[in-house]
Amino acid sequence: MDSAQAYGYMLYFVSLMTMGGIYAIMCLGLNIQWGFTGLFNAGIAGFFAIGAYVTAILTTAASTSHLGGYDLPVAIGLISAMAVTAVIAWLVGLLCIRLRSDYLAIATIGIGEIFRLILKNEIWATNGARGIAKIPLPFESLNEPWNKIGFMMLVLVIVTVFYFLIERARLAPWGRLMTAIRENEYSARAAGKNVERVRIEAFVCGSVLMGLAGGLMAHYIKFIGPGATEPLTTTFLVWVMLIAGGSGNNRGAILGAFLLWAIWSFTEVLTGRLPAELAVKAAYFRIFLIGLLLQIVLQRYAGGILPERRPSLNIKA
Amino acid sequence: MIPRSQKCFWADNNFKMDFINFYLIPGLVLGSIYALGAIGVSLVFGILRFANFAHGELMLIGAYITYSLMVFTGLHPLMVLPIAMLFTSLVAVGIDHTFYKPFRASKSTIVIVASFGIALMARSAVQIIWGVDTFSYSSGRIQMPMILFDTLRLSHKHVWIVCCSVALMAVIHLILTRTRTGKAMRAMSDSAELARLTGIKTENVVKATWVLGASLATAAGVFLGWDSHLHSMMGFYMLLPMFAAAILGGIGQPYGAMVGGLVVGLAEELSAYPWIGDSPLLSPAYKAGVAFALMIIMLIWRPSGLFKGRVF
Amino acid sequence: MSVLSIDNLSGGYGEADILHGISLEINAGEIVVVIGPNGAGKSTAMKAVFGLLRLSGGSVHLAGEEITNMDPAEVVNKGVCYVPQTNNVFPTLTVHENLEMGAYIRKDDFRPRLAEIYEMFPPLAEKKKQAAGELSGGQRQMVAMGKALMLEPTLLMLDEPTAGLSPIYRNEIFQIVRQINDSGVPILMVEQNAKQSLAVASRGYVLVDGQNRTTGKGTDLLNDPEIAKMFLGG
Ligand SMILES: Nc1ncnc2c1ncn2[C@@H]1O[C@H](COP(=O)(O)OP(=O)(O)OP(=O)(O)O)[C@@H](O)[C@H]1O
Ligand SMILES: [Mg+2]
Repeated sequence: MDSAQAYGYMLYFVSLMTMGGIYAIMCLGLNIQWGFTGLFNAGIAGFFAIGAYVTAILTTAASTSHLGGYDLPVAIGLISAMAVTAVIAWLVGLLCIRLRSDYLAIATIGIGEIFRLILKNEIWATNGARGIAKIPLPFESLNEPWNKIGFMMLVLVIVTVFYFLIERARLAPWGRLMTAIRENEYSARAAGKNVERVRIEAFVCGSVLMGLAGGLMAHYIKFIGPGATEPLTTTFLVWVMLIAGGSGNNRGAILGAFLLWAIWSFTEVLTGRLPAELAVKAAYFRIFLIGLLLQIVLQRYAGGILPERRPSLNIKA
Repeated sequence: MIPRSQKCFWADNNFKMDFINFYLIPGLVLGSIYALGAIGVSLVFGILRFANFAHGELMLIGAYITYSLMVFTGLHPLMVLPIAMLFTSLVAVGIDHTFYKPFRASKSTIVIVASFGIALMARSAVQIIWGVDTFSYSSGRIQMPMILFDTLRLSHKHVWIVCCSVALMAVIHLILTRTRTGKAMRAMSDSAELARLTGIKTENVVKATWVLGASLATAAGVFLGWDSHLHSMMGFYMLLPMFAAAILGGIGQPYGAMVGGLVVGLAEELSAYPWIGDSPLLSPAYKAGVAFALMIIMLIWRPSGLFKGRVF
Repeated sequence: MSVLSIDNLSGGYGEADILHGISLEINAGEIVVVIGPNGAGKSTAMKAVFGLLRLSGGSVHLAGEEITNMDPAEVVNKGVCYVPQTNNVFPTLTVHENLEMGAYIRKDDFRPRLAEIYEMFPPLAEKKKQAAGELSGGQRQMVAMGKALMLEPTLLMLDEPTAGLSPIYRNEIFQIVRQINDSGVPILMVEQNAKQSLAVASRGYVLVDGQNRTTGKGTDLLNDPEIAKMFLGG
């Protein structure tokens, strides 16, 4: 193996870890919603997109093709991405959180679609289908590969920080209450707990992480448009990651994200080598197989790779 | 479409015809299609107690099978529709047996996750088999609309779609109220446990439910494809309006779903009518949002649907 | 050989057991009455016969054949009819359709039987076309009974059939029960109305906290001072 090849592999590994990390953040977010609290969010891509657009609008250089271009620091972009997602998730939560899980799932799909319509049609703000380009990458002043490695480190640090934060929250009364609500809403209610509020909190926290992931992705690929991610595939991929990794287990969520992203990415490389005509079909075949993987996990290994370990269920705590 | 600038030269009456021809009739057509889909969603929800996210994909599969049969036999899509219904029913029963049946006793949320996965699997299967290009049933033949009373323009296909939909709904009504299996379906929708205690073989009822749901979905998919064209995302785009219709009518209630479908279809089309001033009330780009808004309003204002019904 | 025997049955709905080793037996021609305080597990024991429970031990035999954990529809096919205590009619189906559903597994012409049921419960004939969910509690109870009687059962299980009925219909039900029993059908009945039911019973069981407390001839139980104190108001 010559050094150029080794360098290529190294860059590939860095991109794998970066993307895996970004998905891990979303997966942790979904774990708060579904894993702990049992909230079905099928609109992950919507929150992801909000985060991406917010930071894109704030951090790009002045432009006439879309709203903003304020040239603000990346950190402010990402924090604002989280803040805006939080506000929107809170509004959505107010509207939908009381719904039965089936209805919530439908409602979140709808919300994801509305976001997509807005991003596509409000051209003055988002530049429509052409999207927003030239989003700054942090550490851009560093040379290749260090800028990429720097960004990877940033993503991994964020994953680690959130892992510890969420793990603490899970064991705290707040997290235990969430699990209690998931297991038996009525007895939680009977114990005088404000079920709605805890659910909204969980929904907002989870969505904020999805918004943050969107922001990071926008900086990483330096571009965001309504077609940058196929919404249903993104949402679905995060779901498979969480279920396969172990719903309710933060380490499982992270493991699932990296593992599934590696599989997703390897198979993309493989199918990329096929003749063009087959490659298109192979792309759909990958989605089919991921779907099948989900079914197998659901039926045979319901707990995922790292099943949930429950803290003692005491809702009075 | 009549150019807007000419409007002022036209008599009042033509405004009305404009409204009927370009908003009301398309709304009725779309509404019938939604209704057919929503009945299936409602039946499945009532009997299997879960929101089937893959229902749009049954429409997709049905529409594409019909297309292949049409190409293969050279017959009109309506002629091969019954055969396509049969095939799609087999697919639906097969999916149920392999992917949903293992979760019959579990919490319904697990099945929703599974159906979410099925939706993507089914769609990618269609994309693998038929590709992602759009197809058309009519292969370029454009039929002149019938013109009634000088100004009422009815396209043949719209007449067919609405009539066939009404006929199918009548058939569903007869099945549900006159046949043993239909009554058993309603019974199971009331209480699955009592149905079993009554000696009803619930698995057979479930199969019948899928056959009905898939057949209606096939018809809906074919009508939609006939009205515009076939593409691999059509199932997903139908999902929201179908659920909105089912919820509007009170989910689990097939009759409500019929009305709900019409309401959603009409609302989507009429929202683009220039009610105030000269520009559409709501940009047609946001049409898909109408169904969603209706659904959210219903869920918050009256989760049991327009007609009194149960909340699940 | 007993028609139905429940041996040492344990089980429940969730993780905790509700029945702790219950045994019951019904012999040919008997009316067996089960009484016990609220929450004793009487209804749960009935459901266990139909495999609607997670069982952790014990067995159920019907005429010598093991039916433990059998699918409810199969048990019905073996001729056991059951009127549950609650949710015993299909609320959106009409009275007539409810009765038809009762005959779901019959392949023969059940119209004569339908006529008999309407004769047994005249109020139902008047409300034929009405949704069962819109009836009064007592009328609903009649629909539930009628629905079960649409089959000509080999064993009839009734869970508090007279709950909510006025004295006239309560007596009517007891009369029907005796009538059916006279035609040779054994009956297992849960009742709150201990006095009236034990009077017609061949034997009675008292269940408390998911366990057998006492059993004996109906009249003996009626005269048992302890039982009298528990159920008959002293
Ligand atoms: N579907 C169910 N799920 C969980 N627990 C149940 C269910 N049905 C009953 N129980 C519990 O099982 C226990 C026994 O209930 P069961 O209905 O058998 O009592 P019962 O003797 O019939 O009382 P009653 O005289 O009030 O009808 C009760 O503590 C009840 O809470
Ligand atoms: Mg009881």
